[in-house]
Amino acid sequence: MTAETNRPLLRAEGVSKFYGRHVGCRDVSFELHPGEVLGIVGESGSGKTTLLNCLSAQLEPTAGHVLYDTRADGLTDVYRMSEAARRLLMRSDWGLVRQNPRDGLRMGVSAGANVGERLMAVGARHYGNIRSEATDWLSRVEIDADRVDDPPATFSGGMQQRVQLARNLVTRPRLVFMDEPTGGLDVSVQARLLDLLRGLVNDLGLSAVVVTHDLAVTRLLAHRLMVMKGGAVVETGLTDQVLDDPQHPYSQLLVSSILQP
Amino acid sequence: MTEPIISVRGLRKAFILHNQGGVVLRVLNGIDLDVAAGECLVLHGPSGAGKSTLLRTLYANYLPQAGEIRIRHDGGWVDMVTAPPHRVLDVRRRTLGWVSQFLRVVPRVAAIDVVAEPLRTLGVAPDAARDRAAGLLARLRIPERLWSLAPSTFSGGEQQRVNLAHSFVHPYPVLLLDEPTASLDAANRETVIGLIDEARARGAAVVGIFHDAEVRRRVGTRVLEMREPAGGEVAA
Ligand SMILES: Nc1ncnc2c1ncn2[C@@H]1O[C@H](COP(=O)(O)OP(=O)(O)OP(=O)(O)O)[C@@H](O)[C@H]1O
Ligand SMILES: [Mg+2]
Repeated sequence: MTAETNRPLLRAEGVSKFYGRHVGCRDVSFELHPGEVLGIVGESGSGKTTLLNCLSAQLEPTAGHVLYDTRADGLTDVYRMSEAARRLLMRSDWGLVRQNPRDGLRMGVSAGANVGERLMAVGARHYGNIRSEATDWLSRVEIDADRVDDPPATFSGGMQQRVQLARNLVTRPRLVFMDEPTGGLDVSVQARLLDLLRGLVNDLGLSAVVVTHDLAVTRLLAHRLMVMKGGAVVETGLTDQVLDDPQHPYSQLLVSSILQP
Repeated sequence: MTEPIISVRGLRKAFILHNQGGVVLRVLNGIDLDVAAGECLVLHGPSGAGKSTLLRTLYANYLPQAGEIRIRHDGGWVDMVTAPPHRVLDVRRRTLGWVSQFLRVVPRVAAIDVVAEPLRTLGVAPDAARDRAAGLLARLRIPERLWSLAPSTFSGGEQQRVNLAHSFVHPYPVLLLDEPTASLDAANRETVIGLIDEARARGAAVVGIFHDAEVRRRVGTRVLEMREPAGGEVAA
């Protein structure tokens, strides 16, 4: 996080997605640097998840480009690379934490296998190493060793979300996409997860794009904020600047309608 | 004067309250200032004059309409108004310390880790960061039994001291202080005066707001008088 580079890790250039005549997101451009966390906020239906899906190579934009600084070739359009290269990227360099842990985990196999699977997908073969690394990551997200063999179906929502994090982080990604990572969790579990995420961003120099409707979460987690309305970005800036001195009428409304973000 | 560390020219800041009839508050109307190493510039004026607004604008917490805010960073100049976000964040991390009036922290994080955090983001090892944090907490008289507790339940004065420890734990070349001695008792006020003096002695440039006249007199080297801006108006 201290290292300063002038090369962005991710660059969005005029990204738009139309569903027929309906606008998902429109003309979104930004750069994300290594170690930065970008928060995306806005009312429900404002295009946050559509944009996140476009950025994370899951939904091809109708127009515009998403470029990622690959280890081999530098800034590369993620929708122009080969299917194999893209899949490798998603398995190794990127993490994707879904809003509902059920969509990001295999609920029937053990927590340890959920994490180990990602390692095997990038070529790990030694069973003992895979298991110890999986256990290690589960302990970093505060899942006790004696729960490693239990399936996530038997865990609470907060624990499932932490298993999802471990599964995504075990390959040491450089960039993690998160959709409402603390949504649906009660406040004290949220606080713990937030603290954990901040530590990881700090210690691993992780970059992240985080969609959330919770402005208090962005205050604590995101360096920068993008406010969306009707599919378009209406304001962008440093998180504390957008929250304390919002410029756009919609951002002012958003900030003033909550208590002490 | 020696070469300044902070140099501000033509700074203008207005608030446009879109959801309150479009009222425009013109708070800063062309501020120029320079602060050199070892100086402490005191912002002085009546309540509502824009002292906190100026300080927050220097930190890039508020967005000005015009002007430049140049800060010496890494042997060069960074204009906080036009620099890209990652550059502004780097200036905040390494050069620009800030004491706000309120403490905002992740719930459930221990006071000592709150104080150590600025060092951790600079890559200092956990133990070394905690040692330095402990030193400041002790100096600011936070009882050791509180160090491992989250500050959200602390008294106002205790929170303010955690806040101060957090901002003095790294020797920032520039310090922005918004009423750092408010809600402190006499002994702790002396400690803060000492911390500010030491910062100046090592060459920091300080800009501060101090309600206490004695503190102002003891730490200030120059005063910027600010007057209450003209009343609000409604945009056309
Ligand atoms: N975020 C904001 N949005 C809208 N108006 C603001 C904002 N911050 C400050 N103001 C307005 O700017 C003016 C100056 O306020 P500021 O807090 O800078 O005064 P101050 O000189 O620090 O006063 P005090 O001595 O009472 O702390 C006030 O009219 C205030 O209402
Ligand atoms: Mg003030």
